[in-house]
Amino acid sequence: MTTDLLQQAAASNQWAAIFPELSLGCLALLLLGLEMVLPKDNQRQIPLVALVGQAGILVGLLINFYTATLDTETFNSLLRHTHQGQVMRVFFLVASLLVTMLGMISLPKQKVPRVEFYHIVLVISAAMMLLAQSNHFVMLFVALETVTVGFYILVSYFRTSPFSLEAGLKYLVMGALSSGLLLFGIALLYGVAGNPALPGHTAEPMGFSGLHSFLATGANAHHFLAASGVLLVLAGIAFKIGAFPFQIWIPDVYQGAPTPVTAFLAVGSKAAGFAVLFNLLQVFSPCSWLLVPVITVMAAATILFGNFAALTQHNVKRLLGLSGVSHAGFLLLGVVASVTVPMAVGAVHFYLFAYLLASFAVFGVMAHVAGANDADQELDHYAGLAKTNPFLAAVLVIGLGSLAGIPPLAGFMGKLFIFVAAFKAGHYGLLGVAIVGVVVSIYYYFGWIKAAFFETPTASGDECQASRPQISVGLVARVVLTLLAMATVVLGFYQGPLGVWVALR
Amino acid sequence: MIHSLYDPLLLSIAVPLAVAVAIAFGLPKRWSVRLAYVGFAAPALLALCVWTRYAGGPQDHGYAFLTHYNTGLSGLGITLTLGLNGISLPLFVLASLVGLAAGLYAIQSGAERLKIYLMLLLVMQAGLMGVFASVDIFFFYFFHELALIPTFIMVGVWGGRDRTYAAMKLTIYLTLGAMLSLVGLIALYVKSGATSFDLITLRDYLAAHPLGETVQKNIFGLLMFGFGILVSLWPLHTWAPLGYGAAPSSAAMLHAGVLKKFGLYGLIQIALPLLPAGVGHWSHPLALLAVVGNVLVIGLITMAQRDLKQMIGYSSVMHMGYAFLGVACFSALGAGGVVLLMVAHGLSVALLFLLATSIHHRTHTFDMDEIGGLAQKTPVLAAFFVAATLASIGLPGFANFWGELTIFIALWHFSPLYATLAVIGVVISAIYGLRAVARVFFGPSTEALSQVTVANPPADLRWSEKIPALILLAALLFIGFWPKSLSTPLNATLAAAYPAPAQAAAK
Repeated sequence: MTTDLLQQAAASNQWAAIFPELSLGCLALLLLGLEMVLPKDNQRQIPLVALVGQAGILVGLLINFYTATLDTETFNSLLRHTHQGQVMRVFFLVASLLVTMLGMISLPKQKVPRVEFYHIVLVISAAMMLLAQSNHFVMLFVALETVTVGFYILVSYFRTSPFSLEAGLKYLVMGALSSGLLLFGIALLYGVAGNPALPGHTAEPMGFSGLHSFLATGANAHHFLAASGVLLVLAGIAFKIGAFPFQIWIPDVYQGAPTPVTAFLAVGSKAAGFAVLFNLLQVFSPCSWLLVPVITVMAAATILFGNFAALTQHNVKRLLGLSGVSHAGFLLLGVVASVTVPMAVGAVHFYLFAYLLASFAVFGVMAHVAGANDADQELDHYAGLAKTNPFLAAVLVIGLGSLAGIPPLAGFMGKLFIFVAAFKAGHYGLLGVAIVGVVVSIYYYFGWIKAAFFETPTASGDECQASRPQISVGLVARVVLTLLAMATVVLGFYQGPLGVWVALR
Repeated sequence: MIHSLYDPLLLSIAVPLAVAVAIAFGLPKRWSVRLAYVGFAAPALLALCVWTRYAGGPQDHGYAFLTHYNTGLSGLGITLTLGLNGISLPLFVLASLVGLAAGLYAIQSGAERLKIYLMLLLVMQAGLMGVFASVDIFFFYFFHELALIPTFIMVGVWGGRDRTYAAMKLTIYLTLGAMLSLVGLIALYVKSGATSFDLITLRDYLAAHPLGETVQKNIFGLLMFGFGILVSLWPLHTWAPLGYGAAPSSAAMLHAGVLKKFGLYGLIQIALPLLPAGVGHWSHPLALLAVVGNVLVIGLITMAQRDLKQMIGYSSVMHMGYAFLGVACFSALGAGGVVLLMVAHGLSVALLFLLATSIHHRTHTFDMDEIGGLAQKTPVLAAFFVAATLASIGLPGFANFWGELTIFIALWHFSPLYATLAVIGVVISAIYGLRAVARVFFGPSTEALSQVTVANPPADLRWSEKIPALILLAALLFIGFWPKSLSTPLNATLAAAYPAPAQAAAK
């Protein structure tokens, strides 16, 4: 069996289909190798190697965007390469590139090993890319666990900080629980789809196509075990997305985790969840009688919880975490709509890209403003930022404006597409909730902007300001942050290929 | 699909925006100010040029200067379509003139961090030109928000008393209004089944396939309250006086003068012609809110104000009540009156805010009880203020008169009761307007004022303040004496979009 698979793979050279993932893995190993080989003085250059390597892979991926393997299955149907998968691959690669950049700003402020961080980021990105293309529950679970285990390490990476360790422990417990739920769901589906007593049972109950054909047969979609399995799998994914009622871990973990990891969790992990959700939604389409109402309620509760809980936060990492919960809600709104309106898929992708650009702009500013204690990032620390560092303040405003969905920024276009899709799908009630969410969110985003622009440092703030070193923005960071801010503005005005991608569907 | 190099509408949006971008990328201050003159003057010159060329020019689907530009969203039916019809032309001209006056006033104001202030004003100016030049309803909304965001920042950073609270309140109220109207516009797009956000296509499509009555009613309700919040419809008006009271003068001029008209413009250009059955359901509630709330209640509140800027803010809320009454009439006459009133009110309220700030520079207070007898020291300022007040009351000879008169006539056809109540409002506005003039400029000089002015006696208006004021006053008088320059194109467009007067009267 194994040799068959290898021979088959070699014959059609399917390895070429996953060259970005393979190169990421090689790059990750190269970093570790370099650390052993290079003298201590030159080790500072290792993150740059990671940065350049990822940029090279990104270029390679973009050139080969329309590969021959598009719309085919490889590795014995473990992977399925689709347009959506390609888009998400680009997304994850960009995200890991930016996380590397954030790491270069944030890590030197701490006494921690450096290279392993970049290594793990690369491995996680490769796993996320595979996750977005998985076509089999084994593939899905292995990739997902690679991501999750990587995050266990990353979240508690600042091992001298009790906050980071606490966050790591919480994430470990919650992550294990979610993996357990997911696995239980997969096992139920496996059992019921492979049950010879049922009509339409399949020999490949773990494969997505086999499972889909089983669910589509007769009344199988209403079978109790199948429905329970679908719900449990959804619950497992909801943990990753941070959707209600599985969002409890988010504020603590986001606060404790190192800022670059928080960004990676907020953007990468969330997007990975949505990529999987889209794939599974197609597989589970016969169960939409169950999924649509469940996700609808979930989306409404997520939007409301995220926004209202964020209102009272003073720690910016917690605030961003909870606002991220509300963004997950808006994205879920798009997911629900995508069941009937194909355009919603593109809308969600656009939203994810807008969210990526804006979030990393904001996290980039946070990485600069943060002092030695990474978990202690209060709104007060931003008082008077516009005077002390106008560049960071401008980037912050653009990022937050886009997150708040204010035109003419990219975030507004994302919300608009999702609202149009939701309207087309007829989810009026959910749309009303979303509007309430947007208006509420304006309050806390502007609270932050207010702190940066309208407030002068108070007496206690002065002490903080005095105790923290002058913020200096390096050249690479300056270029990247400028690019992020400009992309956020430009995407609001001119959507170009991304707009076509949304509209095509 | 005409693409010529010279597109006055696109240029009037692009020039201020380009100047703003140039300033954002670190132009030195001297050049920033020089370029800012270009950025404010170009739209005004282009708009005047467009105004003169409008009559007799070629028209396409009722729009002159129609052009399309693809921004990558054509698959969704969104293209940047620019054009002017009889409804948008007056407002386009208004936006350019008030923008020029506000810009000139801002340049001479010497505000702190002037470069960024001018940059935000230029972005606002570009957005305003875009709002009225857009035929595509998506870009219509988009440009509105582009103009709205700088307002929040300007109020928060350069504002006066309570600026943080005012900025926050303004942001939340206006976002709510904008979101409601956005949902209304999306609903209109999706429910119509047309595949374009383009107003021309949408109108033709809806003429062939009218929407059901319930749908029309719901969408009109959304648009009415959404746009209503933006125009300060009672009881959702509380952001306006507070915001204008705190806003720096140029931002208040542009917002109260032009940007606020976005909601009314949306109702007249989009909601009324496309949702005729929806208007029927809402016209009486709307008229009642407007006449009781905006005109009478707010009118009485305005009379009780001591703060000059707050008073002007309240008076602008009150005048919007007349505009809503004109909308509620749902006739070509009423809508035409609203457009004229919007232009007139935009010019006069901008002039009042400008003069109020000039008064503040000389007296260091907005409290009318602490000012008195200013006319002896600053006769020119007094003359301007009296003229602006009379215009705002609606004296014949000023543009406001034609707007209010037309609305009252249309309102009489609609309901004589409302018309009677609305006319009482004119008396109220005469009382507070003239009382403000009397308190500030005439009577004995107060002790508080003489303490302030003993060190530096108040000088009369400087030329740098006079020029923007003159621009606004000249426009008010020009339209007041020759309303036909606006009403001829307006009539042509309204006649096509609205039911004939006979029909409206029969309703």
